[in-house]
Amino acid sequence: MKSIKLFALLFISSLAFTSCSDDDKEDPGSINEEELITTLKLTLTGPGTATTATTIEYKDIDGDGSGQAVITPAAGLTLAKNTTYTAKILLLNETESPAENITTEVADEADEHQFFYTATSSLNADFAYAGTNDSNGNPVGIDFVITTGDASNGSITIVLKHEPNKTAQGVKEGNAANAGGETDIQVTFPIKIE
Amino acid sequence: MKSKNIFLIVMLTLFFIEANSQNCSYTFTGVVEDFHDKSTIVGATIYIKSLNKYTTTDVEGKFSINGLCSGKVTVQISHIACETKTLTVEISKNVFKIFNLEHHIEELDEVNVKGNVLKKTKTSQETLLKTKTLENFSDASLGDAIKEVSGVSSINTGNNIVKPVINGLHSSRILTSINGVRLQDQDWGIEHAPNIDINAAGSISVIKGANALEYGGDAIGGVIIINPARTIKKDTLQGKFIISQQTNGRLSSFSTSLNKTYETGWFVNGQTSFRRAGDFEAANYNLTNTGLKTYGFSTNGGFKGFDKGFDIYYSYLSNEIGILRSSHIGNSADLVNAINNGEPLVVNEFSYDINNPKQEVKHQLVKAKLYKRLKGLGVFSLQYDFQHNNRLEFDIRRGNRNSLPATDLTLKNHAVKADMKFDANSNTTYKIGISGGYQNNFPDPRTRVRRLIPDYDKYNAGIYAISEFRFNGFLLSTGLRYDYNHIDSKKRYLKTRWNSLNYNQDFSDIIINEDSDEFLTNPKFNYHNLSASAGLLIDLNSENSILLNYGLSSRAPNPSELFSDGLHHSASRIELGNLRIQPEKSHRLSSTYTYVNDKVNFSIEGFYNFINDFIYMEPTATENTIRGSFVVWSHIQTDANLFGVDTTIKYQFSDNFSISNKSSLLKGIDVTRNRPLIDIPPFKTVSTLQFIKPEWNNFQTTLQSKFNARQNEFPNNNFTTFVAISGQDELVDISTPPNAFHLLNFTSGVDLNLFKTKIGLQFSVDNIFNTSYRNYLNRLRFYADEIGRNFKIQIKINY
Repeated sequence: MKSIKLFALLFISSLAFTSCSDDDKEDPGSINEEELITTLKLTLTGPGTATTATTIEYKDIDGDGSGQAVITPAAGLTLAKNTTYTAKILLLNETESPAENITTEVADEADEHQFFYTATSSLNADFAYAGTNDSNGNPVGIDFVITTGDASNGSITIVLKHEPNKTAQGVKEGNAANAGGETDIQVTFPIKIE
Repeated sequence: MKSKNIFLIVMLTLFFIEANSQNCSYTFTGVVEDFHDKSTIVGATIYIKSLNKYTTTDVEGKFSINGLCSGKVTVQISHIACETKTLTVEISKNVFKIFNLEHHIEELDEVNVKGNVLKKTKTSQETLLKTKTLENFSDASLGDAIKEVSGVSSINTGNNIVKPVINGLHSSRILTSINGVRLQDQDWGIEHAPNIDINAAGSISVIKGANALEYGGDAIGGVIIINPARTIKKDTLQGKFIISQQTNGRLSSFSTSLNKTYETGWFVNGQTSFRRAGDFEAANYNLTNTGLKTYGFSTNGGFKGFDKGFDIYYSYLSNEIGILRSSHIGNSADLVNAINNGEPLVVNEFSYDINNPKQEVKHQLVKAKLYKRLKGLGVFSLQYDFQHNNRLEFDIRRGNRNSLPATDLTLKNHAVKADMKFDANSNTTYKIGISGGYQNNFPDPRTRVRRLIPDYDKYNAGIYAISEFRFNGFLLSTGLRYDYNHIDSKKRYLKTRWNSLNYNQDFSDIIINEDSDEFLTNPKFNYHNLSASAGLLIDLNSENSILLNYGLSSRAPNPSELFSDGLHHSASRIELGNLRIQPEKSHRLSSTYTYVNDKVNFSIEGFYNFINDFIYMEPTATENTIRGSFVVWSHIQTDANLFGVDTTIKYQFSDNFSISNKSSLLKGIDVTRNRPLIDIPPFKTVSTLQFIKPEWNNFQTTLQSKFNARQNEFPNNNFTTFVAISGQDELVDISTPPNAFHLLNFTSGVDLNLFKTKIGLQFSVDNIFNTSYRNYLNRLRFYADEIGRNFKIQIKINY
């Protein structure tokens, strides 16, 4: 019957073990997801002094949550035909206050990032990289140029790839087909060319 | 008991003895020895079937049968607590033979699982893998080894993360017990391989279905029982080394163990192993970042006597596993790109480096157990165990955060159990037991990534009773078990997610706090589960037996099924738990027919598993985020039926040659939706031709053919997504299974005896033709082929 006593002892001590570990626990705190990108702002500047800059924004404040993203202006941008615009991308994490500029983080790791731009086939627009290249002389694409053609309707998609293979065929020229890597951003804006 | 049965058979067959008019005068003598320590075995039965002659060994293990005619006779050697051996002996003169029996000193404490190499259950569909088989997998994983059992397959993430699948079910539906301790290591995740060092196992029992109630009542798929090497009550010191080297992945593995036992019953064992590999190779390219580094050790010691004993066990295992670089992708468009590309997008030179994405898992286990035999009653035993599991998962991250894990889960588990086995009457035994446990999960917020699995405390208590009755060649076993589970979690929900799941209607009472974008909730759930089992073994005669089995089991939802909430990178999908999930319940009917004689060993196992409220994941929505679109997979419940047949046959067509085959066919149906279940292993058949020549240093060579059919029954979860490169919506084919494949493997080996040291050498080639193929049950099948040809050498030293 000694073992019964031993058993009782062990059982009770383990109960004590488990019950005391339950106390004084703090509630789990909110985690600030530092890598979150909530907002992409695209600023286009036309040639000459007559044209002022236009901006379009994509904002999804809850990240992977189920909240809907908002595009402002919702109708998209209207661009002039046969015109060259200089374009600049700004990435923000607006869950922080003040909003954190993620573009600088991308620029700091320029060799690990690249933006790609595509237009739907209905839209007459071409893209070219501008701005500073990364340390290997490959494009990053925070700055770029949009050249519009004849009047048309469609959309453009901006993709940011993390760790793409920049030396793969076509990648330097802005074709993401062989780039691999993972997509950190994929945003589509409606565009009208008049 | 076996010898009793044989005696009965002998008595029966005596009636049918035919008169033999030949003049036969040869004598057949021999000795029966223990396979392991060469001690003689007293009282073993030697039975010549064709002549119905039998005798038993004397105190020196010797036997003699005279009056034999020339020709071949079939001899069956059996002993209580030994594997029965059947072989053919050529009689052309007086013959002397030494027989080795796999002798297991009859467990003084049958209740003590440790050391008992006999099967764990007598009326279940159980298969035992012995040390010799397991040693071939010294450089592989548990999941690889138990695929030796017909009807067992695996669900993989690449080639290093291998999770066992028993009759189509896996993860939380399989219970893994190591050294009598239920493994608690976040087994809900498909990419969470069991933290078991195969080198620490002496034998492994695989039980299909939930018929081993003393281990748990929720093992709807089955139970895997890992036993350490047995201890012999004798003054010995035994050691073992296994070293192996592979070409594929340039894998090196090393394992050693040392066992010291004393006549008095005291024992101490130690074991350690190390394994390292770099990038593995598919048939046509390197699988970049698929290396691994794993090491572990275990030690146990104690006292084993007839009326009492105890043991203490500790084990440590560390796994660092690289995940194929190309499988770390972003949105659904990346998935289309990967699938359409046909080859991994990142292929680099061979390297031993393990970069992100990767996993680092450390598992520790401490166990203490004691038992005491109470006179005229039975054996009482008591056990306590503690497990500590830390899982780190590293993703490819921005801004120098690569060294910071994206997942950091620590699971602590305490368990106590006590049981009493009433075995005073050998025809009727009962066992009752109780168990209790406490578990705590802590997701470390240092990851700066929202918690995939929340903080929780889990309590459980269980009580069971099992019994075994023997009568007239029948063996009936029955069991009943009740389990109570309580889970108390603290979880933060994004308000948008909370509302989209309609929790605001049903669960508003569990919100305990809120900030601008999140609710802090305190979900508490209680689950009551009842399980039962019944099995009947009918020995028709010495060659035929039938097993009938029924199992009722129910399983409470795991934390992942309730709470998971986040993006799964290698699947490019958002996975959501469901607070409304209720336990699933399974009714499993099965039957086995076995035929054994000296040449043929055949068994066919059939089963039908009806599962009510089967918990599974299904695509339920598409969500657009700034990263593009993702499919949302949610946990839901349905009624499912699984049924299938597993066969095993071995035919010994001469002394040296044998051929064997293992096949399994399985179907899984979602009855509610009338469509196939996902991830059901396709038809598989494995045939082996073996040549053994004991005279040539135990030379043996085998040629194995493995055929996996294509799974033609699968649910269609395909969807379309916008792909920027082409500027249009494209089909994402995540459903279509890969083609059938056929592989050939070759193994050859010899055993050399140098003084008291036994050296085994083995050479093998897997995938001889370097076939490129993909496996339906590999989560990385969208990205890369399985591994190609592999040459392997293994040296085993027993001293």
